[in-house]
Amino acid sequence: MSDPVLQIENLQTHFFTDRGQIPAVDGVTITVNKGEVVGIVGESGCGKSVTSLSVMKLVPNPPGKIVGGTIKFKGEDLVTANEKRMRDIRGNEIAMIFQEPMTSLNPVFTIGNQIGEAIRLHTKASKKQSRDRAIDMLKKVGIPRAEAIVDEYPHQLSGGMRQRVMIAMAMACNPELLIADEPTTALDVTIQAQILDLMRQLNREAQTAILLITHDLGVVAEMCHRVVVMYAGNVIEEGDVRTILKKPKHPYTKGLLNSLPKLEESQERLYSIPGNVPIPGSLTVGCRFAPRCDQATDLCRSEMPQLKAVGDNHFSRCWLSE
Amino acid sequence: MTEELLVVKNLKKYYPITGGVLGGEVGVVKAVDDVSFAVKRGETLGLVGESGCGKSTTGRSLLRLIEPTAGEITFDGVNVTALSTDEMRKMRRDMQIVFQDPFASLNPRHNIEKILEEPLVVHKIGTSSERKKRVQEMLEVVGLSSYHARRYPHQFSGGQRQRIGIARALMLNPKLIVADEPVSALDVSIQSQVLNLMQDLQKEMGLTYLFIAHDLSVVRHISDRVGVMYLGRIVELTTSGQLYSNPLHPYTKALLSAVPTPDPDDVRERVILQGDVPSPANPPSGCTFHTRCPHVTEECRSTRPAFQDVGDGHFVACHLYKQ
Ligand SMILES: Nc1ncnc2c1ncn2[C@@H]1O[C@H](COP(=O)(O)OP(=O)(O)OP(=O)(O)O)[C@@H](O)[C@H]1O
Ligand SMILES: Nc1ncnc2c1ncn2[C@@H]1O[C@H](COP(=O)(O)OP(=O)(O)OP(=O)(O)O)[C@@H](O)[C@H]1O
Ligand SMILES: [Mg+2]
Ligand SMILES: [Mg+2]
Repeated sequence: MSDPVLQIENLQTHFFTDRGQIPAVDGVTITVNKGEVVGIVGESGCGKSVTSLSVMKLVPNPPGKIVGGTIKFKGEDLVTANEKRMRDIRGNEIAMIFQEPMTSLNPVFTIGNQIGEAIRLHTKASKKQSRDRAIDMLKKVGIPRAEAIVDEYPHQLSGGMRQRVMIAMAMACNPELLIADEPTTALDVTIQAQILDLMRQLNREAQTAILLITHDLGVVAEMCHRVVVMYAGNVIEEGDVRTILKKPKHPYTKGLLNSLPKLEESQERLYSIPGNVPIPGSLTVGCRFAPRCDQATDLCRSEMPQLKAVGDNHFSRCWLSE
Repeated sequence: MTEELLVVKNLKKYYPITGGVLGGEVGVVKAVDDVSFAVKRGETLGLVGESGCGKSTTGRSLLRLIEPTAGEITFDGVNVTALSTDEMRKMRRDMQIVFQDPFASLNPRHNIEKILEEPLVVHKIGTSSERKKRVQEMLEVVGLSSYHARRYPHQFSGGQRQRIGIARALMLNPKLIVADEPVSALDVSIQSQVLNLMQDLQKEMGLTYLFIAHDLSVVRHISDRVGVMYLGRIVELTTSGQLYSNPLHPYTKALLSAVPTPDPDDVRERVILQGDVPSPANPPSGCTFHTRCPHVTEECRSTRPAFQDVGDGHFVACHLYKQ
């Protein structure tokens, strides 16, 4: 199983603003193996998107900068790779899907043009052949009237259809790795189910590794083999999906799971984690979760715990997990 | 006093589509198309459905923030559709609304005290010092402190803003609160804080809620009864327990089965619906769900099913359950 496609090691991406230096990603380590679906979960602002943008080298600079760590894609260091090499990688060896597909679709080209271009980059197909392949791809992702849609522009499609086009493009270039940042957050649940199904298909049939960013633990349960839980720029727990969702060790992961209303049963009252996530860049000593943790001790408030093994392939950053 | 605080009958809201060279009316968007329901005193009625199905339009029509095209709305025994603009304004003391992000519609230059005081000023209630006292009280009720009164909207987190939105709705001591996606923009840990707060306030103040959301787990948790909307219509309405244990409408079943649950051992049978929701500007004939329904028959294509009680107040609009 250990055939790493992506190895992020101790990544530090900081923003340099007039309010000071903000450590948005502060020592993150994540490995994604071939054929594996790894989820990153956590609340708004914890650094999920900045982590994925760092891999693609798309963090706006200034104000953002990778100030430490390494990112290896099939052994090649991306932190030191030049922009020309990154352009080759993006959209080819590593495909991306974002929450709002309009950010990655070009509004002035037809759908057929954009998928066709991806196909021509990878095969020696002619214009006519790549158009036919584009239509096949659109049909494969369940787009009705593919023969007509191929000549339409992105703004003429619904959000769910645009996201399917993005997946068709990702499939067309047969990437080693797909990074999907909240790909279904803006979609309705019935459309989400279709999109997740397509991503699963891509993972199974082409062995494409997927790094899936989401705040929805339900989506994690359905899609991921392994999960990384982030809090305030750090990985606080990591493990296989069953362990994290059924036997989490970290009080934050437990708190998140207990906060969820359940579909199958009624609860009188929900658990709620007190307080708010820390303001980015605010100075902290000790565990970043300690101010909200009902089990925090003096040690937690004074010294930051390390991410340590607490079981088989299970890691937790908590003094109490030891 | 009747048991029902709010009774809605045959509510419709059609938006004109204008176009052509003369800018005339070329069609209508049937945003809400013949919706009937009632909300009992002290209960929470949930409204769920996918984007564009008419949830917000329904909620806003009840307060006549948008004028309904047709239908009758009875609130606390008064037919509000017949009220003049001025009478309606007075009526709104008792019916308030909470939005997804209440601050999107607020003046960023006003501090929280001024924002919360405003409804009292509009309705000419109390002296200046009485109003300020009420502001302090309400801030405490929603878990903030008087220390926050002098701060401005942008200085608050999403969860705090939603508390302020709720406080503002409560300033006039209303009977009904229409909550339109009040927790949709919040992280789960903050979402549960706000849901708990809303439940506590309901108990303490005897509030009645119409709770609009697209998250089925949230709606199930907070609601006593739930209505499921599809393309401007309510297709099923029953208690939240019944809806989840015994859903009848094929759309409700598909919707429930599409919700991912955070349990890796959950092996429910999935009904994956094909295609997108049709446009409300050009809704399908008969039952509007027939284009995506796995049980479609000839009758579904031609005849609109009645919304009827199939037993114990379980309403469904589907030919499969004809009596
Ligand atoms: N352009 C920027 N300038 C300054 N700070 C930034 C910038 N972009 C991101 N940040 C900081 O980085 C932190 C992490 O942001 P990121 O977008 O990765 O969060 P996220 O986990 O993806 O959240 P969400 O769930 O809301 O998408 C934020 O708290 C923010 O303060
Ligand atoms: N002012 C308007 N003019 C024309 N059409 C409108 C207007 N407001 C809403 N609509 C249409 O009416 C339908 C119902 O909209 P509404 O906002 O009530 O849906 P909703 O269920 O609240 O959706 P969401 O979950 O996205 O908030 C949609 O198709 C929408 O495009
Ligand atoms: Mg993000
Ligand atoms: Mg709405």
